[in-house]
Amino acid sequence: MTATEQHIDEILIPILEQVTDPEIPVLSIMDMGVVRSAKVENGVARVEITPTYSGCPAMDVIGDDIKKALNEAGYDSEIELILAPAWTTDWITPRGRKALEAYGIATPLDPEADKEVLLQGKRMVKCPLCGSTNTKMVSQFGSTACKAQFQCEDCQEPFDYFKCLK
Amino acid sequence: MKNENLYQYILGIADNSLILGQRLGELCGHGPSLETDIACTNISLDLLGQVRNYYQYAVKIANDGRTEDNIAMLRKEREYLNVLLVEQPNTDFGYTIARQFLFDVYHFMFLNELQKSNDLTLSAIATKSIKEVSYHQRFSSDWIKRLGDGTEESKKRIQTAIDELWTYTDELFHLTEVDKLMISDGIGVDVTKLKESYYNKVNDILEEATLQVPESKYFQKGGKKGIHTEHMGYILADLQYMQRTYPNMAW
Repeated sequence: MTATEQHIDEILIPILEQVTDPEIPVLSIMDMGVVRSAKVENGVARVEITPTYSGCPAMDVIGDDIKKALNEAGYDSEIELILAPAWTTDWITPRGRKALEAYGIATPLDPEADKEVLLQGKRMVKCPLCGSTNTKMVSQFGSTACKAQFQCEDCQEPFDYFKCLK
Repeated sequence: MKNENLYQYILGIADNSLILGQRLGELCGHGPSLETDIACTNISLDLLGQVRNYYQYAVKIANDGRTEDNIAMLRKEREYLNVLLVEQPNTDFGYTIARQFLFDVYHFMFLNELQKSNDLTLSAIATKSIKEVSYHQRFSSDWIKRLGDGTEESKKRIQTAIDELWTYTDELFHLTEVDKLMISDGIGVDVTKLKESYYNKVNDILEEATLQVPESKYFQKGGKKGIHTEHMGYILADLQYMQRTYPNMAW
């Protein structure tokens, strides 16, 4: 790891893993890669988080939830929102990706994947329900800032695609 | 204030996104289709998120007790520094898309340069925002082509919107006194250097969309100095209503 290196105290990891994204409750904030550092200094837990999207309304809730979880574990805490380095979908862990798929959200591919679909190019986005890649984009913007709307041409189910952000 | 120029510079950037975000927010529940409605409000959300990052930084610079909400909600019309383009109304979907497209192409190029600012906070906000704006630009450019190369009616409407809004594009590349100071400090972006590539890019997409590039040489200006079109007062009436009616109200 280079500029994206995280500094997280091992004792805090199990606590932070309990906190999930309020909009995608199967995904812990650790698996989402939004926690950039977490350490205990003089009995106070200092946690740095970074937003997925600038306007993501979940960030305020996540901050409050971290405070609550740490408080229950006996820590006072300070949460800071940092912008650099900017979050990328590459920081979603393999376990996070599996959780997304199981929840019915297709995981991010490379940045051109959804554009290809739009331009009738190679279809790469896999339907999380039946596994077919015969899918089409309905809209580049979906139910939350981080998702696009897709539909499977085989099983006909609509589904969310977690947009690639690099 | 010690850093008045930097403060004003930040507001100049952020106000564009605030007013455009407010305009797009007006479409919530009123878009022409569900997908475009959601897209416009998603873009609005991105812009307002970016605005918060800028205003939170401006508040730190000011360091005199004012809050990001004060800056957003309680200034007078002449104190908003957004360009005239972003305050133009959602006349029809053609205008909404034309306004978005003409701004997105600029916004992307602007942020690309702002990433190189030696002000680390502005550079971080730009690096974060540009990822979102690349999606905005793709959305509006695609719709320009779809409407331009669509039906006779869609073509007529998008051409009218482009022709009408063209008059507000030149202002994007005007330098204020604050801009000049910020450029010499290595903080600000010299927007005059973006002008040529902006019109090249816009013209390419218009041509691809089988639309005419407007030939008008007459341009409007004033927003960067706080002199706005008549639409601005109505936007602020909407935007500021709650804070003016119930001062200091919070969520």
